[in-house]
Amino acid sequence: MFSDYSSTELISIFAMQGFAGLILFSVFVLMALGLAIIFGQMGVINMAHGEFMILGAYVTFLISNLFADFMPAIFSIYFFIAMIVAFFVCGAVGAFVEWSIIRHLYRRPLDTLLATWGLSLILQQLYRTVFGAREVGVTIPDWMMGSIPLTDIIEIPLNGVFVMCLTLIITLAVYFLMFKSRFGGQVRAVVQNRPMAGAVGINTEKVDRITFALGCGIAGIAGSAFTMIGSTGPTSGQLYIVDTFLVVVFGGAASLLGTIASAFTISQAQSTMEFFLSGSMSKVLTLLTVVIILMIRPQGLFALKLRK
Amino acid sequence: MIFQKSISRVFKLTAIAGLALGMNSTFAEVNTTGLAVTDDTVTVGILHSVTGTMAISETGSVQAEKLAIKQINEMGGVLGRQIEYIQEDGASDWPTFAEKSKKLLVNDKVAAVFGCWTSASRKAVLPVFEQYNGMLYYPTFYEGLEQSPNVIYTGQEATQQILAGIDWVAKEKDAKTFYLLGSDYIWPRTSNKIARKHIEKLGLKVVGEEYYPLGHTQFNSVINKIKLKKPDVIYAIVVGGSNVAFYKQLKAAGIDLTDDKYTLLTISVTEDEILGIGGENIEGAYAAMKYFQSLDNPNNKSFVEAFKEEYGEDIVIGDVTQAAYLGPWLWKAAVEKAGSFDIDKVRAASPGIELTTAPEGYVKVHENHHLWSKTRIGLAKRDGQYDVIYETEGLMEPDPFPKGYQ
Amino acid sequence: MSLQNFKSVFPKTDIYYFAILAVVIVVIMPLSMDIFRLNLVGKYLTYAFVALGLVLCWGYGGILSLGQGVFFGLGGYCMAMFLKLEASDPESTKIQSTPGIPDFMDWNQITELPWFWEPFYNLPFALIAVLVVPTIFAYIVGVAMFKRRVGGVYFAIITQALASILTILIIGQQGYTGGVNGITDLRTLLGWDIRTDSAKYILYFVNAGLLFTCLVIAQVVRKSKLGRLLVAMRDQEDRVRFSGYDVSNFKIFIFCLGAAFAAIGGAMFTLQVGFMSPSFVGIVPSIEMVIFCAVGGRLSIFGAVYGTLLVNWAKTTFSESFPELWLFAMGALFIAVVMAFPNGLAGIYKTHAQPFIKKIPKLIKELAEPRAHVKSGAQ
Repeated sequence: MFSDYSSTELISIFAMQGFAGLILFSVFVLMALGLAIIFGQMGVINMAHGEFMILGAYVTFLISNLFADFMPAIFSIYFFIAMIVAFFVCGAVGAFVEWSIIRHLYRRPLDTLLATWGLSLILQQLYRTVFGAREVGVTIPDWMMGSIPLTDIIEIPLNGVFVMCLTLIITLAVYFLMFKSRFGGQVRAVVQNRPMAGAVGINTEKVDRITFALGCGIAGIAGSAFTMIGSTGPTSGQLYIVDTFLVVVFGGAASLLGTIASAFTISQAQSTMEFFLSGSMSKVLTLLTVVIILMIRPQGLFALKLRK
Repeated sequence: MIFQKSISRVFKLTAIAGLALGMNSTFAEVNTTGLAVTDDTVTVGILHSVTGTMAISETGSVQAEKLAIKQINEMGGVLGRQIEYIQEDGASDWPTFAEKSKKLLVNDKVAAVFGCWTSASRKAVLPVFEQYNGMLYYPTFYEGLEQSPNVIYTGQEATQQILAGIDWVAKEKDAKTFYLLGSDYIWPRTSNKIARKHIEKLGLKVVGEEYYPLGHTQFNSVINKIKLKKPDVIYAIVVGGSNVAFYKQLKAAGIDLTDDKYTLLTISVTEDEILGIGGENIEGAYAAMKYFQSLDNPNNKSFVEAFKEEYGEDIVIGDVTQAAYLGPWLWKAAVEKAGSFDIDKVRAASPGIELTTAPEGYVKVHENHHLWSKTRIGLAKRDGQYDVIYETEGLMEPDPFPKGYQ
Repeated sequence: MSLQNFKSVFPKTDIYYFAILAVVIVVIMPLSMDIFRLNLVGKYLTYAFVALGLVLCWGYGGILSLGQGVFFGLGGYCMAMFLKLEASDPESTKIQSTPGIPDFMDWNQITELPWFWEPFYNLPFALIAVLVVPTIFAYIVGVAMFKRRVGGVYFAIITQALASILTILIIGQQGYTGGVNGITDLRTLLGWDIRTDSAKYILYFVNAGLLFTCLVIAQVVRKSKLGRLLVAMRDQEDRVRFSGYDVSNFKIFIFCLGAAFAAIGGAMFTLQVGFMSPSFVGIVPSIEMVIFCAVGGRLSIFGAVYGTLLVNWAKTTFSESFPELWLFAMGALFIAVVMAFPNGLAGIYKTHAQPFIKKIPKLIKELAEPRAHVKSGAQ
């Protein structure tokens, strides 16, 4: 399979594929982080995760229209504002959902799955009613859509770089929040022993609500960023759900590091296979490999405690 | 009892109508098979997905069919009867399509159905239409390999769309190498198969062929391959949400379609899809299809005007929307030619029906139930419209079972 | 089975429930509906097989599979392969470049029937395959997962991924599977036209018969030691294990049984609807089937049937009259069932209707013997 290419081309292939893999990796991390927090830390299966991402994308769409209409002069920076707004909107909706539905179901994780699936149907129809059944086109500032040519063949897409930087920032932020801050300590305390955490004066309900809102908010940012590379329609969110869950489960549910490691493994495997095989087959093979590995090592790559 | 009564009423009325129209037979019966036809109305069905993933694509078709029905009613209806419609939702789910089509034919006894979009939904309803002898007007361009007596295909079949497009790039762009790309299902695969045969017949070369699952959103790998192989033409048949991802990533990866270095020819992106993709991301791509909104002829002008008046100034009209608009008009012409709503008579009358008022220009129904039509090449512009830069001289003959391409 | 045994497996009330369901499905529905509606009910009842399997797996065993569509689809495809081969005789496919093979293969330049299609010329083989293929698949998945003590949420997500893999595979290998269109245009079963009205009546009753067979099997399982062990495992798996039982084998068995039920449903679906497509294999239909089960009541085998009928009836009615509202209603139903009625229709029946029904004989008695009532009141 290598004989078709010259050696310089081969180097380019690997460079470019590595980069494509890195972009995919960032996309996976961004998708999975919010879910990893909600699923890993709270044990809640949020099937509406994709819909929260699309909510972020729609917020971005609205803000881009707002800027185009009223503040065209600073249109080129609207994206940052959109991401921040998306974070807070999705976080607020998340907090509401937690208050109205999730908090009643903490003891029944499989039921959260069904309830949030219902929620995802409602959100989809809501998007369809409000924004129409068609996909909306989000205009991306021109500076984000270009690329930097390195050699004849190798070009670095700017939006890829942007997604990577964003992923890095958010991952770091989440890391500090979860492992270096007081709030993170409280979250981990609640995860490990809820009654004890409550006994030492942690408001566990509040911690739950903020954790869920945080997860949804990060989904919103991810959705906002994905307007650069994907589509924004009422049902676009469903496309992400299987990949996202597999990344989280493969990484070992309660471990953020595991999520990142698994996103890296899956993305590199998939993008390398995509180059040598056809697109559909590589997808099947990647998923199948992940499932088989999970059967052999059900606790995922990194596990805190799992065997029950 | 009631049934018989209405039959006899219809009977009398048609006899009168027959006399009034000066027909030879005073027994010209407009409805001998118990369809939902009364003295002054006729009921038809509209069957598209209003919900689910396909709603994105099918909305335009529903709008076009309703507009056509409204206009026909304003002109006095069909055989003096106003058209009423029953709309059913296929919900992007093929068995639901089969279920609803059966309802329309068996329970509602509609005289014709305008509907379906994906090949899968058409394949699901086809046995139902053949069993209960209904008439379906199917608007989408599709892969061919089908010719049912119960379907009129108002969109183009694959060869009509593909051959002209490839001939054009081979000639105008002096293309030698092609990279074929598509979503993984029957239409892109069959279309690419025809494209490959044709490319090879012309003595040119296919340097790559690739399919991605429906809904796939990561195209960086294939874009890298394209960059390596440097094909003269990227031949893309990506559909749905994948489309948006594909064109955005293509642009971000430095493949600027407005640059002469790259030529991209697609048969799957209409003005509807550009709404989601964003004009700035697909600017410079070429599309081969039979209709573009910017088509400059009087028919199209009034069609676009009426469409915008009905659905708002911002609405865009794609190839399939126009084909869907043809459905009710073709049916009306066939019913009037047959002098009857009977399915068998409408079918017999259909081949040879001409429509000079079609927005795309002149179309004619072929013996094989597809339409003779011109194929055009459009150049995508930033504002989301296409410039029509070429059209075939004559009408392309529909050939759903192309010899030598299978 | 001795009478004593019989009574313990089929207590009186359950006999009544069986009888009522039988009357509803076999008498009331066929008499009150035209063949079009009845065929729809028949289609819904094929989903009830899946929901029934889920009651055993999920309600009793605590194993939530989000990939039951896989088994439904495998069963359906096995049936469809046989029917398709019968519909593709050389005479009716003579316009193809290779007559005698299914039309979609011809479109994909396949000139010879693939080896794994060959045995499906044989009806007994196809019927056995309907049951065996999904069961073996379930067995492999079950062994791999339960022996390693994967359960709960992990199992749900992995089965979901399996559903997704199989869908992509079927769509991608369209030369062998018919791709996204599925296997369509099925006509006859050993020369018997399955599209006629009379055939649809017969298939409806065959379907009902099979459903009752499965219900009886489920009832036996439920009332047997196995059923009690399953419940014990669901609630305290470790204790069961420490008592010396091999927990995983029970789980594998019940998962395989659920898969076999789903497969029968799939095969009957193919026969009644006339085609099979990958849209039943994927994630969305699999989760919908869980909802049928949840609405009926995850602990009630009868609830599964009623729940399936109710949700599908609502879906058809709603989507006919208010397509826009349908998803709202469906979503709200999911949430409401989970939050307010975790035991579904069966739960509502038990807490509200049953006490009332139990009172009826007493009320009648009281009406008949007013004096006795006064007397007892005086005491």
